[in-house]
Amino acid sequence: MRHVAILQFPGTNCDLDTKYAFEKLGCKTTIVWHKESLLPEGSELVVVPGGFSYGDYLRSGAIAQFSPIMQAVIEFANNGGKVLGICNGFQILTEVGLLPGALKRNIGLHFISRFQRLKVVNNTNEFLQKCDKDEVLNIPIAHADGNYYIDEDGFKELEANEQILVRYSDEKGEPVVVNGSVTSIAGVCNKNKNVFGLMPHPERALEEILGSQDGIKMLEGLIA
Amino acid sequence: MTAIVNIFLKDGVLDPQGKAIHHALDAMNFEGVEDVRMGKQIVLKLSATNRDDAEKEVEKMAEEILANTVIEDYTIELV
Repeated sequence: MRHVAILQFPGTNCDLDTKYAFEKLGCKTTIVWHKESLLPEGSELVVVPGGFSYGDYLRSGAIAQFSPIMQAVIEFANNGGKVLGICNGFQILTEVGLLPGALKRNIGLHFISRFQRLKVVNNTNEFLQKCDKDEVLNIPIAHADGNYYIDEDGFKELEANEQILVRYSDEKGEPVVVNGSVTSIAGVCNKNKNVFGLMPHPERALEEILGSQDGIKMLEGLIA
Repeated sequence: MTAIVNIFLKDGVLDPQGKAIHHALDAMNFEGVEDVRMGKQIVLKLSATNRDDAEKEVEKMAEEILANTVIEDYTIELV
């Protein structure tokens, strides 16, 4: 049974959804308060869930990056451990430098909360290994600061290393502008492909009755 | 001593809030506004008495947390 550590900061609000999701997929989970300085022994995946850590003060994810637990997460990631950041978790992972780029205010300034199609750009990584390349997924988004920015050199590197995970798209997989992200990027991974971040919420797409179960094959990749 | 840190999105990084303000000004018939950039100002009251030391310290703060240098530039003013 895979052991998943789920971080909790003041203002995190997707910790229990994430716990529910990974337990539904057969994992053991532990919620880890941000003041802890060690991850639970035997953690095989660390998830930084969504929410509004520290009320998004200063910048989304800016304050959370200095919580004691993040030192342990950096060490875990640098030793090859798998880390997934969802929404605010993605913002925290870019702030702390585990993922390239940054997330700015949405181009239309609105908080966007709805289902959104995503096109799988690369599946040459553990996270999306169960998805087909160019497959179109239906996953909820809920964010105000999801406008992914990376400079030109950084973008070229992302492309060359197949680090772009998913793009916002229509039902046919054509890219669409949702929040102003560079080339509609919705999620990326690091060069070593062990740290993943995305704005959409796969943990909210596990049951058809709630609109989609496309999140299952995303999360399953990390616990295969 | 007081340090004033001004933080703005870098030139070339689209500023959605600045753009919205610009649109609003246009809609209100204010003329002659060519561009609007929105930033934030952080005012730090320091116990330091040495200017150079204070500047170095605030620069470190700006680099490490106050600004995200991937997308933002900052200026420091000591008064």
